[in-house]
Formats: sequence, structure tokens, C-alpha cells
Amino acid sequence: MSTVWPQLEPLLPRVQKPARYIGCEDGARSKTPDPELVSWCFTYPDTYEVGLPNQGLQILYEIVNERLDARADRSYAPWVDLEALMRAEGIPLFSVEHHTPGHEFDVLAFNLSAELTYTNLLNCVDLAGVPIRAVERGDHHPLVMAGGHCTYNPEPLADFLDAVVMGDGEEVVGEITDVLARYKGDKVATGAWDRHAILADLAQIDSVYVPSLYEMAYDGPRVASLHPIASAAPPEIGKRTVADLADWPYPKQQLAPLTEVVHDRLNVEVFRGCTRGCRFCQAGMITRPVRERPAEQVRTMVADGLARTGYDEVTLTSLSTADFSDIESVVTGIMDDGESTDGEDAGCGPISVSLPSLRVDAFGVGIAAQLQRAKRSGLTFAPEAGTWRMRQIINKLIREEDLYSAVEAAYEQGWSRVKLYFLIGLPSETDEDTLGIAELAKNCAEIGRRYTKRASVTASVGGFVPKPFTPFQWFGQNTSVELQRKINLLRDTTRKMKGVNLKWHDPKATLVEGVASRGDRRIGAVIERVWRNGGTFQEWSEHFDLDLWLDALSAEGLTVEDTVYRHRAEAETLPWDHISAGLHKDFLWQDWQDSLAEVGLEDCRWTPCYDCGACTGYGIEHVVASATPPAGGSQGTGQDLSSGGAVPVTLLPSRKAAEV
Amino acid sequence: MTPPRKPKIRIKFNKAGKVRFVSHRDVARLFERALRKLRLPVAYSEGFSPRPKLSFGLALSVAHESDAEYLDVELNELPDVEDLPRLLSEALPDGLNVVAVLPLEPGTASLQQAITSCTWRIEVLGAPQDEVTAAVAEILSSSELPQERVRKGKSTVADVRPAILDIEVEGPTDHGVQLVANLSTETISLRPTELVGLLGIDELEEGRVRRTHQWMTVDGIRCQPVSPPDSSTRHELRRAS
Repeated sequence: MSTVWPQLEPLLPRVQKPARYIGCEDGARSKTPDPELVSWCFTYPDTYEVGLPNQGLQILYEIVNERLDARADRSYAPWVDLEALMRAEGIPLFSVEHHTPGHEFDVLAFNLSAELTYTNLLNCVDLAGVPIRAVERGDHHPLVMAGGHCTYNPEPLADFLDAVVMGDGEEVVGEITDVLARYKGDKVATGAWDRHAILADLAQIDSVYVPSLYEMAYDGPRVASLHPIASAAPPEIGKRTVADLADWPYPKQQLAPLTEVVHDRLNVEVFRGCTRGCRFCQAGMITRPVRERPAEQVRTMVADGLARTGYDEVTLTSLSTADFSDIESVVTGIMDDGESTDGEDAGCGPISVSLPSLRVDAFGVGIAAQLQRAKRSGLTFAPEAGTWRMRQIINKLIREEDLYSAVEAAYEQGWSRVKLYFLIGLPSETDEDTLGIAELAKNCAEIGRRYTKRASVTASVGGFVPKPFTPFQWFGQNTSVELQRKINLLRDTTRKMKGVNLKWHDPKATLVEGVASRGDRRIGAVIERVWRNGGTFQEWSEHFDLDLWLDALSAEGLTVEDTVYRHRAEAETLPWDHISAGLHKDFLWQDWQDSLAEVGLEDCRWTPCYDCGACTGYGIEHVVASATPPAGGSQGTGQDLSSGGAVPVTLLPSRKAAEV
Repeated sequence: MTPPRKPKIRIKFNKAGKVRFVSHRDVARLFERALRKLRLPVAYSEGFSPRPKLSFGLALSVAHESDAEYLDVELNELPDVEDLPRLLSEALPDGLNVVAVLPLEPGTASLQQAITSCTWRIEVLGAPQDEVTAAVAEILSSSELPQERVRKGKSTVADVRPAILDIEVEGPTDHGVQLVANLSTETISLRPTELVGLLGIDELEEGRVRRTHQWMTVDGIRCQPVSPPDSSTRHELRRAS
């Protein structure tokens, strides 16, 4: 395999932050580029700073590199300055380990965590010297694959991807490598392999979707049907779920980069899945069931990771992290491990632990206080909606008094700034619900002023995108005009409120997120047009351009009304109906009806099963370390938590069913 | 009563290869991580957001290499420095290599205060050697070199000639011409990139640039920051094996 380093090196003094392109991270696997090995290039379609910390990509990178018959490098989207120089000099997309050209790999595998990066995926494939459309690729080209949360609706990218992995990738990446290894000999000998045969084999792997083996038929704006056109293709593609995180203590060597990146600290995943049942939350729905990592393993991964990298900060990652069983003793253990035996500074300085999300109750604040002994500047809560009616609809059952007691506890413990996250454009939302956001913020600021004159509350509002595989998938997204009207309403109302600041996400970007996450296969041509017209880095506000998207939609004869704004009916075929996230469609529909009836649904970790399908269909169950619900209540659900221990909760994964 | 002074060590390291694209600020972060990996008893600042007490000398521009970078570290107690060059080099990325570690005498001036000049190896590309030699001779024979500089948003003109202590045209390289320059870092300072511009040759480009020495003056004698003037090793470095 070759390297572009000699051509790249003289360009680097001319670009911003050149350290993004040199690799050399602590933890990088510099496996010799032996042409006999199945080679993966794991690519994040955004800048190095954004992509490097991605844990999914790092996990698969390690798993592949541990194999004797395969190797993996990583790649990231070059920033626009370097891209221009690369195109002028004819330098292809390269991996950061060996600066191997992208087209020399067997697989270009993308992590898709945000819809606005889709045009960057096309740009990376093109820069790698590979045709962007799967149908135009030949037997000597790499396979282009993707995984990650966005792929639960793979259709907008179906024309560009050879294969898509649904769900947890730890096992599937090995099974794909096994298939490729069988064909690798041909490629070594002749420089080409039979991609049609490979794709047929890949389609046999559970949870691998090969879009070219399926055809979509349309009925006006709707999908009429989506069906396999090859015998190798299963009618429904399920998701893969790793039953026990204890078997996968990855990344074992988290990458510590030479240059600053977002989340520049150690990250340890403490559990996957969430059963709080917030109806707007795609992550919670598609990652069920809850699978906790054993507390002892968490502690070891943290201690080893800190010692190996020299980081002094660790984030325990998951959804709703404070729900981790016995989180208090885990946190205390980590803080204790950071101190020497005599209790004095062990020479590493203070260790800090952070949680990405905080529960809206005093318990959450108590944990935060324990973690952040110093530097108490800002604390973030996510009540998500302004009125109790609205929070019942979205099943985020936080009572007003829960929020106020949490905020009070925060100010009492010395924090002076509180940030509140809200969604606007939720189902059946009225202006009263929207204005409830301002009311909550105002009341929180008033509580704060009892403790400090500097008390401030920032209300951060984002437009809601109804995502696939949530109970809201049938709901028509608010128009960008309507979202802007609601933002203006809030802006005008909060302007006079003392200590209240309002921040908002651009409703135009929300619209495009809707197009890319809710569209069918026809959106592929739109994405290609936007890319051809220079629309890369669309998630960066300085590069985002709504007109590129609207022009492309109209050129393809599509409208935002049909794609995003219209409500969908129960009988309608959704563009992602051939995919399964494990959730029964009738469960989601029932939950949607319950939502409109303002009926909440309790967390199933401590109640009987609702048969959503996430466990039963896969022969697995929740894996929690403790049958006792978390201390401090369940976000005001009114749930009788004292009965928690009586509910049968399985402490270990049920492997029997998986073996059947 | 002032608190007792804590011990300090001075670290000399070089920076070459791919890591030359890492910024000064990121190098500082890499040293913080390396020191924590070795669990050295580094002193931390007080306050809400304690930081390890590291002080660097003059920043090295991104993409420039160096044989002579320095860093002072304040510690709660003095560690055994013998093995530190090797241990630190192992804890740092390839290309950042610690070549010497010395305990500092209490009261030693900070690097920022002490350094008076640097020697640079500067490769220039895009002009024949005789043209470069003539341009260098012209600079050295001029009595003043007014240069526009922006300081605090205001544009001023400064004479940078005093900052040029010496320039030597060493000879051809594979792609260009090798200069060796000694440039002042005091009141009027000059960076290698600015010097290339001063040569006044269109199309002239900067190639590889490497700082070979940082100099300080103690009791009128020029010396390097890891060789105290009253030591017998004055002009030599104590190198790790």
C-alpha cells in the first residue's frame, strides 16, 4: 500500500490546525499495511476534532486490529482549506495512521451520528477516488459501508452505500471481516474481487442491509412498497444487540490525541439503552434494552485509562447516566482511586468525573456536587417541555416542583448558572406550552437570586425532528416558519426577564435534519445535488445553506411538505418499514395514541413488561446490576418505587434464547 | 510570611518529524499528560481550577522543528532526575524527545526572562544560492531595516536590524539553500519566517526551519539554559544516554 505523506507534508504548513492530519495519537494501532490483510478505513465524515472522540468508531477500530487477518486505519473529513489543496494537487482522502489513500482500502466504513454530515460522506468517498454511487463501483473499488444511529433510516443514503450495519457493531464487524477474508485472496492475486457475490454474502449476515438488493416503489409522495429483488435479501433487516457489555470492554486503549478535540478526556461507557421511554428520543428507543457494565469493570477501565493516557478527567457515558445502579458508590470509588493511600495528592492532581446528562432531581444535583468539588460554574437540566401537559405527551414526567427543587439544590450548592434544554414543535403544542418554557426559566432565575445576585438561567431551545422508530414517527414536523415564530415568541417574552437568556438552534437546519432523517430513497439525489453544488460541512453554521437543499428538492420534484411536514397515517408504508429496531410497530402506534391522550408510560426497568419487542424479540433482557430502582425517585413519575425490588429483574443476560 | 519555595526542574527537549505540526499550546497539554502518567509530584495552582505549574520558554511556530526547547516544572518535592529523560520521552509521542533534566537553583530567572537569542537553521526554497547570498549580504550591510508591525491593533514601524545578530549562508540543500541565523528575542525580536520575508526575493519560500539553540547571558557569558555558568559543563549539555 502506498502513502500520500510526501505530497501532503509540504501542504501542512499552509493549513489551519495541521496536527489534525498527522495521527500519532496515544493508543493508535499502527499495524503494518500488509496487503494480504482485510483493510478497513473507519471514517468520520466531519472534522478530526469532532470525529476523533467517537467511541463507536474507536471500538470497531480496536476490534478489527486485534484480528490476525485484518487491519484498520482511521480517516476524517479534511477541513475546506486542506481539501482545496488536496484537490489541486490530486491527493486523495488518506488515513491518519499511514496516510494510505482511501481507494486502497477494502472497506470505507462511515460512522453516521448526525444527518447534516451526509454530504460530507459523499465528499469523503469522492475524495478517496471512489465513485459516489454504489452502482458505479467496480470489483477493484472499496466497499462503502455505514453504521451508527442515523442508519435506522438508511434510505436517503441507500444509493451511496454498499452495506449498512444496524445496531451494535462489535460482533457484526467481525462477521463482515470473515466474509471479506474469504474473497481477499482473489483481490490480492488479481486486484479485484466479485463484489456482487460479496454483497449477496453480506446480506446473509443478521443486521446487515444491502440497499442494492431492494427496490422502492412510490405512490406520489408516499412509499408504495419496498421489497427485496434478490433471493439473498431478507424481507426485514433487524438490529444487532450486544447482550452483555462486560464481554466488550472497549475501547481498551482510548485514543488520546496530540491536539485538542471535543470531549478531550477519558470516556467510559457505563451502560447502553434507556427505558425511561421519552417519546421524542430516538436514542432511547433504538438502543433498548438497558445493559449495564459491571461496576467493577467500570472502575478498572477508568483507573487503567487515566493511568495510561495521563488524562485527569473522565466522563461516564450513557443515556441518563445517573440511572446507573449504585452510581454513587461507583463515583466515590473513582474519586478515591485518584487519591493516594495517605489521602494526599498523589502527584496526578485532582481527578474530575463528569456525567453527560443530569437527572432533574435533587439526587442528580447531589451527585454533581460530589463530582465537581471545584469549578461550579454551570449545571444543565433537560426538562424538554414547558408545561406538565406537554411533558405527559412526550413522557418526560418531570413535575415543576422536581425542577425547582433540583435548581434550588444547584444554587444552594454554589452553582450560579443553570442551563435548561427544551424542544419546540412537539405534537399538539400550543403557544401556552411554548410560553411555559419562559415561565419555567423565569421561576428558576428567581430561585437563583435568593442565593446569588449573579444567578442566570439559559433556556436553550431546539426544533423537534420526529425520528424513525419513535412513537412520534407519524407526526408531521413543524415548519421552519412555525418554529421561528415560536422562537420569536419566546425571545420577546424572555427579553424583559431578569437573569434569563434564550438560545436557539436554527430552524432551517432543523428542517434539513428532517429531510435527511425522514425521507425515502429519492432524497439521495437531493443529497448528491447539494454536495455537487458545494454544500459540505452543513452542520457548521458558517457553511450551512438552506437554499442549496430547497433548490435540490425542487429540482428532483420533491417538496418539504411531503417529505417532512405532513402527518403520516397508520396504514402508510414508512420509508424505514423494512428495518426493525426491535420495537413492534403496534407498540409504537399505541404509545403514539397514548401520547395524544396525555397518558404517560412508566420506566419498564421496575415495572412489568410492555412488550415493546426490544427484549423479547432478541431473547435478551435488561442487564442491571441492582434490582433496586435508583435512589432519589424516578423523575416524579409518581411510580411507587418502594415496590421496585419486588419486580423480577434479571441480573444477567439470558443467553439461552440467543443460542436457539 | 512567604510560603517556602518549591523545587523546580528544567527540561530540555527536541521536537521533530510529524509532531512539528503540533501547536505550542498542545505541546503543553502533552507534557501535562506525560507528567501525570509518570505520577510526578507536580505542584498545582490554587483556586477553583487548579493547573499544573509548567512554564515554557519562547513559543515555537507550528511546523518548525527544534533541538532546543525548554520547560520549567514546579514540584512539591524533587524527584530523582537521572531516569527522567528516558521516562518522559517514553510517555511523550514520537518526535518529542527529552534530552536533559536538571534541578534548578532557587531563584533562577524564568526562561521567558533569560533567553536573549536563538540560533535557527532555515531552509529557503525557490531562488539560486547566489541570489540568496546577495540578499543576505545586503541585509547584514544595512544600518536599519524598518518593518511594519501590528501591536495591540495599532500599526507601528520598528527597526528590526538590531534583532539580526548573524546570518550565514551555509550552502545548498536538496531543494534549496541553507541559512543559519542568530536572531534576538529581546525587546526587538525577529522570527525566522519574518527573516525569509526580509530577504526581499519574490517567490522565495520557507522550507524546513529548525531551532538549534536558545541562548542566555549570565555574567556576560553566552550559555544555554541547562548549563549553569559556574558549572564545568558550561557549554555542553548533560545528555541522557
